[in-house]
Amino acid sequence: MKRFSWFNATALTLGFAFLYMPMIILVIYSFNASKLVTVWAGFSTQWYGELFRNEEFLNAAWVTIKVAVMSSSIATVLGTMAALVLVRAGRFSGRTLFSGMIYAPLVMPEVITGLSLLLLFIGIGLDRGVLTIVLAHTTFSMCYVSVVVSSRLVSFDQSLEEAALDLGCSAFEAFRLVTLPIIAPAVISGWLLAFTLSLDDLVIASFTTGPSATTLPIKIFSAVRLGVSPEINALSTIMIAIVTIGVITASLVTKQAAVRQARDARMAERPA
Amino acid sequence: MTQSVFAPWNDPKAKPLIQFRNVTKRFGDFTAIDNLTQDIFEQEFFALLGPSGCGKTTMMRMLAGFETPTEGQILIAGEDMSNVPPNKRAVNMMFQSYALFPHLSVWENIAFGLKREGKDKESIAARVDEMLRLTRLSKFAQRKPHQISGGQRQRVALARSLAKAPKLLLLDEPLGALDKKLRQDTQFELMDIQEKTGTTFVIVTHDQEEAMTVASRVAVMDEGRIIQVATPDVIYEAPNSVYVADFIGDVNLIKGRAEKRAAAPADTTAQPVETPQPPATPAAQVSTQPVDGPQPNEIGEWLQNKLLFPILGKRDPQPKRLPPPAPNTDSRPAKPAPKAEIQPGGLELHWAEGQPPIIASNGDPDLAGQTLTLALRPEKMSISKEKPTAPNVLRGAVIDIAYLGNLSTYHVQLDNGPMVKVQMTNIRRIARRDITWEDVVWVSFSETSGVVLKG
Amino acid sequence: MRRAVLILIPYLWLVALFLIPFVIVLKIALSDVALARPPYMPQLDFTGGWAAIRNFLTGLDFENFVFLTSDDLYWKAYLSSLQIAALSTLLTLFVGYPIAYAMARSAPEWRPTLLMLVILPFWTSFLIRVYAWMGILSNEGLLNQFLLWTGIINEPLTILNTNTAVYIGIVYTYLPFMILPIYSALERMDDSLLEAAEDLGCSRLSAFWLVTIPLSKNGIIAGCFLVFIPVIGEFVIPSLLGGSGTLMIGKVLWEEFFSNRDWPVASAVAVILLLILVIPIILFQRNEQKQREAEG
Repeated sequence: MKRFSWFNATALTLGFAFLYMPMIILVIYSFNASKLVTVWAGFSTQWYGELFRNEEFLNAAWVTIKVAVMSSSIATVLGTMAALVLVRAGRFSGRTLFSGMIYAPLVMPEVITGLSLLLLFIGIGLDRGVLTIVLAHTTFSMCYVSVVVSSRLVSFDQSLEEAALDLGCSAFEAFRLVTLPIIAPAVISGWLLAFTLSLDDLVIASFTTGPSATTLPIKIFSAVRLGVSPEINALSTIMIAIVTIGVITASLVTKQAAVRQARDARMAERPA
Repeated sequence: MTQSVFAPWNDPKAKPLIQFRNVTKRFGDFTAIDNLTQDIFEQEFFALLGPSGCGKTTMMRMLAGFETPTEGQILIAGEDMSNVPPNKRAVNMMFQSYALFPHLSVWENIAFGLKREGKDKESIAARVDEMLRLTRLSKFAQRKPHQISGGQRQRVALARSLAKAPKLLLLDEPLGALDKKLRQDTQFELMDIQEKTGTTFVIVTHDQEEAMTVASRVAVMDEGRIIQVATPDVIYEAPNSVYVADFIGDVNLIKGRAEKRAAAPADTTAQPVETPQPPATPAAQVSTQPVDGPQPNEIGEWLQNKLLFPILGKRDPQPKRLPPPAPNTDSRPAKPAPKAEIQPGGLELHWAEGQPPIIASNGDPDLAGQTLTLALRPEKMSISKEKPTAPNVLRGAVIDIAYLGNLSTYHVQLDNGPMVKVQMTNIRRIARRDITWEDVVWVSFSETSGVVLKG
Repeated sequence: MRRAVLILIPYLWLVALFLIPFVIVLKIALSDVALARPPYMPQLDFTGGWAAIRNFLTGLDFENFVFLTSDDLYWKAYLSSLQIAALSTLLTLFVGYPIAYAMARSAPEWRPTLLMLVILPFWTSFLIRVYAWMGILSNEGLLNQFLLWTGIINEPLTILNTNTAVYIGIVYTYLPFMILPIYSALERMDDSLLEAAEDLGCSRLSAFWLVTIPLSKNGIIAGCFLVFIPVIGEFVIPSLLGGSGTLMIGKVLWEEFFSNRDWPVASAVAVILLLILVIPIILFQRNEQKQREAEG
């Protein structure tokens, strides 16, 4: 229906080339046999082998995943509660402060969040390590979760919950049996977002960690500061691959659901 | 309504199922319900009718328990509901949006409330199947709500809210989402189900046609108050205010200064010529005689109101209730009636300079001297090119004709007066109808066609 | 009761781990003025911190602060951060708008895929995306190899560790933030509006200026804030792609803390950075609010 336009085609081609070329190059060079990352010396998977023999990286990866799973799970619970408060609780004293504290971390520079949390942990004498990173990550990612969940809750038809109450549910049952299953997709994407943010975070983790816990981004950052390394290329490729598979799967699932929904809707309108 | 004499509101011994006692509900500064007192009886189909924001939904939500009254009490079956949460009330609600749980199948939606009661599996299954049969949904039990049509969804919502066999079912604009044809079918289905289950229904609607069709009594609301509660025919034929007359159906409102008419000696024997009996009550002729006893039965009451009032004048001691016109009287002066037969008494309305006053023999003479409004339904008037002989004959010009198939509505600009609508049944084929735009015509109606209202 | 618990749990968490830490930062930034005045701390920086706080309280403007700050490093870093953020926001807009426009004008069946392609990098590690450019921009990197091969240049260009590399890195990593709001504004636009404009005598270009741009204004504003605000405090990009000449306040704060171990100065820097950010954040919130009201 749209006129094919050279301008649009060029903009899309160049735009997506710009977005994807660096990552494609990174992936290609992770299979480079040469130690010199800029010279192609034939195909090899040796850097993957080295990567998996490097215990420091493996340890860091394990710490990172632990932190991400814990912080994103707590953040999902807290963030969903915060979303319910924002959308449902109506007026209470301190509401403005509350919503301010939900939205502020989204725009707060990481250096400030990191610094302030570090000063807090030192102030109360908490040993820095996995626990402090989890606390820090939970705090900023619960805000993202609450934004995602509350945008779903806003469009949630409140009469569904009223119907559940009307049919004999207690308030908690109504939430568990009706609200939660319906907003589940938003809660899940909130969890995924929190998980990715935690996996990704360098700055806040650097501030709030101690010598006992090094996360993957901290490890990558200190390696990369010294220049490009083929092992990091290999690690990056693995991470890109995981994300790509995840995102494509998710979008296929949603697309399929949309197609099914459309077909059902057509079927429903046909007289039985 | 002719077959049964269901009218518990006229029985002082009947116990109401629902009692609103001086209920006021405020949201901040806004008063949604203003000191409202109303009884609703068992097995009634009670309609709350009014424009949006009139408080009808608030009344319903207070019954369901989603809102609590700011002042006053609500009693259901004699029990004060103030501290009873929605999940502990024997009241179920059918939501305007239907509020079907999208993640559950039709079957699970209907079973939802039963499961909360902790019933055993067999009795739940039996009850759900019964509900599916009642609403003709058995084929769709395993479908999800988005896999069925709008009309089916409406029936699932009804089945779900009826499954727990509530004492009282609340319906919030239950047919609002359906198209017109489906709506009409569903109205009758609702009435049928109400009758079968014997449940008390309270329905909220802004659609007056829907309220008139389904309800045993209609409450017309405005700004948090009930303006009139009555059976649909009384609401239509004998509105108690300009607001009700204007809200229900089409009406012409003619303002004027009222003057008392000379009351001739009451001569009841001369009148019956003009008052043929309503076809639905062949026995009426017998019961035209004043019914003795303290409790007139329903037909008697009805005849009393409809037929004897215009003839005998007020019998009701209530001072300001205006007597209704004769609805089933063929008031159209199709056959010229002798001038002498205009009923005496009542009022005449001086409505325009240099025009003869409108005679309203059913007007309350006590209101003489005030500026009043005559509410006149378009179908109770007649239009013709030759001046007919009738109690009220007004001259005007045709401005517009709306052809509706079975009916035509003529917009007539009265000389020195307002525009009125006159509705005529299209008995003749189109070529034979001779009235057209800009024709000078005569609009006529009887002395009892209209209702004289204050304001 | 249940409602109170629901409110209190996230509330207390945020107070303990978001609000109180800020109070501590503020206290450290302020209290050291009255304390020993350690020699390694530029004194005027504290007055700067003081003045900024007083500014905040009395509603004076920021010129006082700039005037009172004697050490060049800090206010130059603030200014340079703002400048880099502003320029890179503009660059991102120029790169992002055509992409968003082309996406919105593409066939509807393509749009979800294109949208996914824009979002995908967003889920990929930020650090990796910045790192990817290191190999491309270095002296013997692919870009220089390519340019030398085509004969456009005879000597490799120095791009890595310059501000140019920082701009490229910012545009690259923040592009999705610009594209998404503009796309969603353009996608909602009714095609018949453009047809109407052309019908009423506009050329396609003037229809674009008079109809498309104004209708995507909210998307443009949102996109610009979404890039501008976080870029001011950016740390990873200047430290990996920038050189010693790249002054950005996020990097200064980091170094003040980790290299100089000077916590009070780092805190003061953070406080002022926050004060600088308050204005665009409030403007952004107001824009969002307005948009929400316009829609609902």
